[in-house]
Amino acid sequence: MKKEDLPQDKSALAHMTRELCYVKDKDGKYSTGLSTGWKVKKDALDNAWEDIHERVKEAALAVKNGDKSPVFYFMELRLMDLAVLSGYTGFWKFNIKRHFKPEVFRKLNEKKLAIYAKAFDISVAELTNFKG
Amino acid sequence: MEKQFKHIQSAHCENGVATSLLKYHGMDFMSEPLVFGLGNGIFYLHIPFLQISGGPAISYRSMPGWIFSRASKLLGVKVNRKKFSNEKEAYDYLNKQIEIGNPVGCQVGVFNLPYFPPEYRFHFNAHNIVVYGKENGQYLVSDPVMEIVTTLSEEDMLKVRFAKGALAPRGHVYYPENVKDVSREQIAQAIPKAIKRTTFEMLSLPGPMVGAKGIHYTANHIRKWRDKLGPRKAALYLGQIVRMQEEIGTGGGGFRFLYAAFLEEASNYTNNDQLLKISDEFTKAGDLWRASAVHMGRIYKGRLNEQKDFEESANMLDEISEVERAAFKSLRKLKL
Repeated sequence: MKKEDLPQDKSALAHMTRELCYVKDKDGKYSTGLSTGWKVKKDALDNAWEDIHERVKEAALAVKNGDKSPVFYFMELRLMDLAVLSGYTGFWKFNIKRHFKPEVFRKLNEKKLAIYAKAFDISVAELTNFKG
Repeated sequence: MEKQFKHIQSAHCENGVATSLLKYHGMDFMSEPLVFGLGNGIFYLHIPFLQISGGPAISYRSMPGWIFSRASKLLGVKVNRKKFSNEKEAYDYLNKQIEIGNPVGCQVGVFNLPYFPPEYRFHFNAHNIVVYGKENGQYLVSDPVMEIVTTLSEEDMLKVRFAKGALAPRGHVYYPENVKDVSREQIAQAIPKAIKRTTFEMLSLPGPMVGAKGIHYTANHIRKWRDKLGPRKAALYLGQIVRMQEEIGTGGGGFRFLYAAFLEEASNYTNNDQLLKISDEFTKAGDLWRASAVHMGRIYKGRLNEQKDFEESANMLDEISEVERAAFKSLRKLKL
């Protein structure tokens, strides 16, 4: 890539930094240039977020329909998977999956609810009152 | 005279931490491409049974942590690393290093990194920063991907050092030890060793999904994605490939430009013009990766979405696989 071809498109990094890229200067030697972003990868990132938003919406609907518990919804909202949530809570993945069931979730004690609430960075009330 | 830590912006975080720490300890010649090349940074791996954020698991670089360790080893430097099971111990250890004036690398998760834009805050745990001081209860932080230095509060620092999930940092702190003067000859001698190891990894590791042939393996997968996953999910998968390849940290073209820059520098050290020619081949590979990203972009933007468009993407990757294989073969043949 030549220095003059380095894209300077808008991106989510706008308020944080420009990123360093390796480019060829006029003499054909390697040098570095700063880029504000590249549309091609911004589109990829936007697409990934669209997908995340859709998954969160579906998760909310599943809670509303009584198929899933709020634990499932907040896991999706916080972009977590079972491994990450298991890491933050110390619960086994197998148990977390059980806590996805609304009837199991309703029977969780305060201590476990508090652990989930902390992992999701919300209050226990926000967790238990979520209706989808 | 007290040594001053100097912030250096780099394309990739681990290279950047390694470069600035080695420079701090007196290796003035150090550059990001040199660390990357000596550390066998360039790689390709497609893990078929693993998914990352619901997409294909593809890596254009070697394992986190290896670049610094391998580059250091070739230069006779030891990297002292510490991980912790206890947050208090990790907190105390970092503070102590700062007190004695030793800037250290820290592995952190980006999900709770406050200065990152929300769009970039995934549960990615292999980001690297340098902590070089503390003022008014705030850590002074040099994040290599940023133009300027920044700060982190004690609370945030602990959060990001103890992020959870894959590659959890567990408070990981590291710094180079035993840094001696290194002559030009020693660097010139280290370069062929590093190149040899890289060509071995890109050409001779067994298994279809690793090295230059691994790119061909990904191409074969792409041909099947549309039928197997449906057009929307298949397009998302392509988006993920582009993100792994071009996102902040890669220097563009899936680290290929960075490796080309290393070979240019290596030619300088070893007085070998052949390396310049091969450097051009990696520039070409990087350009082809960028062209492939543009084509994939048309698919995930929804402008194209036929099977033949996926075939076209796959064909482009097949070409890259061939270009890289040829380039690494010429590297392997080189008498250095």
